[in-house]
Amino acid sequence: MHAAVLAAASVGLGGCAGVQSALDPAGLEAGALARLTWIMIAGAAAILLLVMVLVAYAVFRSPEKRRPVSSSALIVGGGIVFPVAVLSALLVYGVPLMGELRGAQEGALRVHVTGHMWWWEVRYRGANGDWVATANELYIPVGRPVAVSLSSPDVIHSFWVPSLAGKMDVIPGRLTGITLRAERPGTYRGQCAEFCGAQHALMAFYVVALPPQDFDRWLEGLRAPARAPAGEQALRGRTAFVDQGCGNCHTVRGLVEGRVPAPELTHVGSRAWIGAGALRNTPDNMVTWIARGEAVKPGRAMPSFAELEPATVSAIAQFLAGLE
Amino acid sequence: VTERDERLEALWRTPPGLASLSGVNHTSVGLRFVVTGFVFFLVGGVLSMLIRSQLSFAGNDLLDAKQYNAAFTLHGTAMMFFFAVPIMLGFGTYLVPKMIGARDLVFPRLSAFGYWCYLFGGLLLFSSVLFGEPPTGGWFMYTPLTSAPYSPDRGPDFWLLGITFAEISAMASAVELIVSILKTRAPGMSLERMPIFVWAMLVTALMIVLAFPPLILGGTLLEIERAFGLPFFDPGRGGDALLWQHLFWLFGHPEVYIIFLPAAGIVSTIVPTFARRPLAGYTLVVLALIATGFLSFGLWVHHMYATAIPLASLGFFSAASMAVAIPSGIQVFSWIATLWNGRPVMSTPLLFVLGFLFIFVLGGLTGVMVALVPFDWQVHDTHFVVAHLHYVLFGGMVFPLLAGLYYWLPLVTGRRVSDFTGRLVFWTIFIGFNLTFLPMHLTGLLGMPRRVYTYADGLGWELLNLISTIGGFLTAAGIAGFLLDIALQRRFSPAGPPNPWGAGTLEWAIPSPVPSYNFAAQPRVEGRDPLWQAPPRAGYLAGPAGRREMLVTSAVRAEPEQVVVLPGNTWMPLGTAAIVGAFFVGVLAKAYLAALLAAGAATAAFFAWAWSSASRGEAEVDIGGELRLPLHYAHSRSPGWWGMAMTLVADAALYGSLLFAHLFLWTLASSWPPAGHGDAGLAAPGIALAALAASSVAFHLGHHGAAIALALAGAAVESGALLASGLSLSAHAYGAVVAMLWVFAALHIAIAVLMAAYLILRRHAGHAERHAGPVVALFWHYTVAQWAAGFVVVHLLPNLLSA
Repeated sequence: MHAAVLAAASVGLGGCAGVQSALDPAGLEAGALARLTWIMIAGAAAILLLVMVLVAYAVFRSPEKRRPVSSSALIVGGGIVFPVAVLSALLVYGVPLMGELRGAQEGALRVHVTGHMWWWEVRYRGANGDWVATANELYIPVGRPVAVSLSSPDVIHSFWVPSLAGKMDVIPGRLTGITLRAERPGTYRGQCAEFCGAQHALMAFYVVALPPQDFDRWLEGLRAPARAPAGEQALRGRTAFVDQGCGNCHTVRGLVEGRVPAPELTHVGSRAWIGAGALRNTPDNMVTWIARGEAVKPGRAMPSFAELEPATVSAIAQFLAGLE
Repeated sequence: VTERDERLEALWRTPPGLASLSGVNHTSVGLRFVVTGFVFFLVGGVLSMLIRSQLSFAGNDLLDAKQYNAAFTLHGTAMMFFFAVPIMLGFGTYLVPKMIGARDLVFPRLSAFGYWCYLFGGLLLFSSVLFGEPPTGGWFMYTPLTSAPYSPDRGPDFWLLGITFAEISAMASAVELIVSILKTRAPGMSLERMPIFVWAMLVTALMIVLAFPPLILGGTLLEIERAFGLPFFDPGRGGDALLWQHLFWLFGHPEVYIIFLPAAGIVSTIVPTFARRPLAGYTLVVLALIATGFLSFGLWVHHMYATAIPLASLGFFSAASMAVAIPSGIQVFSWIATLWNGRPVMSTPLLFVLGFLFIFVLGGLTGVMVALVPFDWQVHDTHFVVAHLHYVLFGGMVFPLLAGLYYWLPLVTGRRVSDFTGRLVFWTIFIGFNLTFLPMHLTGLLGMPRRVYTYADGLGWELLNLISTIGGFLTAAGIAGFLLDIALQRRFSPAGPPNPWGAGTLEWAIPSPVPSYNFAAQPRVEGRDPLWQAPPRAGYLAGPAGRREMLVTSAVRAEPEQVVVLPGNTWMPLGTAAIVGAFFVGVLAKAYLAALLAAGAATAAFFAWAWSSASRGEAEVDIGGELRLPLHYAHSRSPGWWGMAMTLVADAALYGSLLFAHLFLWTLASSWPPAGHGDAGLAAPGIALAALAASSVAFHLGHHGAAIALALAGAAVESGALLASGLSLSAHAYGAVVAMLWVFAALHIAIAVLMAAYLILRRHAGHAERHAGPVVALFWHYTVAQWAAGFVVVHLLPNLLSA
């Protein structure tokens, strides 16, 4: 059965493709690990087959026709010599890989990611050395190592983008880190991998790997303050956003400065998803998220603004959609 | 059936009806464990059906997040703590005395007490569902998610208190099994003749004694942090989130082998029977069991590869994790060699063993994969690991368990076993299991994390999850079929011959259904497979039956040494467990005064229990074969002394875990004691230590009163010094840990003093027993040694290193 899966999987990698698949690598570390995975699956399948053939021979071959075997030779050979040889080879191949993949990297772009219950805060260096933030999406340049430092103000999370690299825990009271290096442009999905409470399942994020020039342009855009609202409704939305106290938590640079950790909204209009992968970022979904978001993601920090006039909510959604 | 047999039965049996709850006989207690464990298996199984149902489709809303998180938390908890370990200990409780030619376990009341703690602990934990506050933090309960700020409900309290309560049972069974195996084997059953299953239980029990204390300590610290705010795990106040993980996995990894080794022992028992040949490589297999036990304590970090531990230590743990494949390989090839050189007879138990071989080897191979650090960075906390662990645990433990249940069923019921229905059950479970978990490896590699109550569509996970769900329900149908099969066979199968499989181990020398005293006369054993060699010579303790008597033999060569008089049926174990239960409920309800009273009552109950032990009467007894042996209370190394020694090993592991916590937090601090926290200096603690040492000398010389006075004085000096140093319990983890060390030491002094007082009272009451003094002496000197270790770590090292 194992061999069948292996065969089915290796016939066309189609079955393994995906924006969150460890078997469809787009990063340096993920590539090395995918190779390691296939080698070990092939080896494991071969060993399993071998052992099962021996078992079948021992049980089902009639005792008269069976060739006698020295018990101690079989036990020492199969139980000691063989595993020692195989495991040593595996360690010699696998352990140095750790240092190659997770050692220090020259010329890395530095990014800081904070895992919150249940969303990701992403910060880049601004032009003058301060930090500029975004949420639940991480843009990186292709071909350049990106040193992601990780911290958590609440519980343990784990930062994981299978297409690019293995995971690294995000631990309160400690600073951890991981280096990503995308080999080709694309959008990759990441997800919290350490159980972190009620909405652990809805703590996804997207990594967008861009060619270096595109990335630099994107970073320029991120550093820019929020766009002015275009149109009457968006303008009303901005007023309502401020009046309803959204800015107590959320930052929209140039408009309000949040004082509680909450996703930065300066350029929320450009994001593909809201609520850390809970909903696609459409105006309708934004209305749902503001008015009834607790039904979508029970336990999230933001209350549902169910008592607001539908028109007001739509206006806020319109305003946010314009923040590109 | 002779008249003497009837008298023996009347003497040893568990009474019928409600009074059976007072039974302490190992046959009754063992069956209680097995049946209760199986019920928890069904509970865990129903929870797993909920989990699989929820994951059938992307975005399914059968369960909400909280319900799903409760379901997987309780599933893991039920399976690991309330099914796998207790049912294996139940097998040991039931089988070990029968296999080693004994009449009972050596501390019958202890195992009965352990059973009630297990049952009540389980009821306490699972009652959280009725209160609407089930634990939702996972069976691993990682802090700070389970700390008060992020879990203000009582879910974690139900978990921590229920588990700690239930783990009293594992500790009790472990001490019980170790001493029984070492000291009550049939004459002639030297260690190298011991059945492999008994070896497996011995290693398992030793592992429990060393591995459960870190969990018990961690659980106690977390409960204290939640209830009283002492910051052990709070990074804001000098604690550390990873301390919990170290303590948990110091327990959690040996736990896997605690579950697997007895199962491997079952396989090593069944394979020779159906191969019609003794186990090949007996000595290597014994060494493999011991090696597994050792190695399992060096692997815990492989659950923490993604926690930014330095790469050099990861390399070490990676190699150690792989090395554990070698003892498993030895056993697998020993089974193959046994079958190869034997004449295998196919039967339901052997079929389950073959299924086990396929699943376990596959799980072992994926285990080697996840032991390799870089690969684990990808699959850790994904469904790949869910698949792996079920291959190892379900394949490695449930299949041998079912094999064992079919194998020993005729011994319990005295009836024939039908082969056809058993095969049907096997194939249903085998196909269902593989359908559930084989595709799940791929689900994990495609990026699906564990413990998610929902997932987005379009990631390639839908079909695989649906297949797993179908497989899960097929497995459940197989388990239902198993229950039906057992029930029908118990009801309708005709009576069968004794030893229907033609096995070689001693339990099959007992008539079936088994009498409650096992052996009317205790046999002498001449070889490894006694029933295949010279039939055991019956001989010892064949005289008139007047009380529950059993031979105690030497630990290595099993030569007769003394005769232990076992207590009969009593309500004390149930009563004491109920009082201990009141303590845990009191803590849960934050009724601390009531809890304190219950703790006092439980202590009193234990002393009453000891007081009621027989110790008057003759000092020697004729066991037959022209041998006269002392009774246990006339012997200075009674089973009680061995029991105390094993308990102290566990206690030392508990204290060692606390010292580990202290040293671990020290490595994270810039200075120790941290700036602004008082240091008691060396003078007063030194005087306290000297007083304690003097008390040991006084005790040794027989001046029990003086020893008590010196110990109390030492404890008072130390307490005064700590109080004067301005220790703060809640400001920093330093104060919290030092306070815990103090509590630990003070409790030991209190118990030692009570025990010494007991000795004095006992002497006044005219008991001329020899066995009690050495037991108390052992505890006394241990307490002083532990105090000295605490002095070194808390006072001496920080002062030396800061100077």
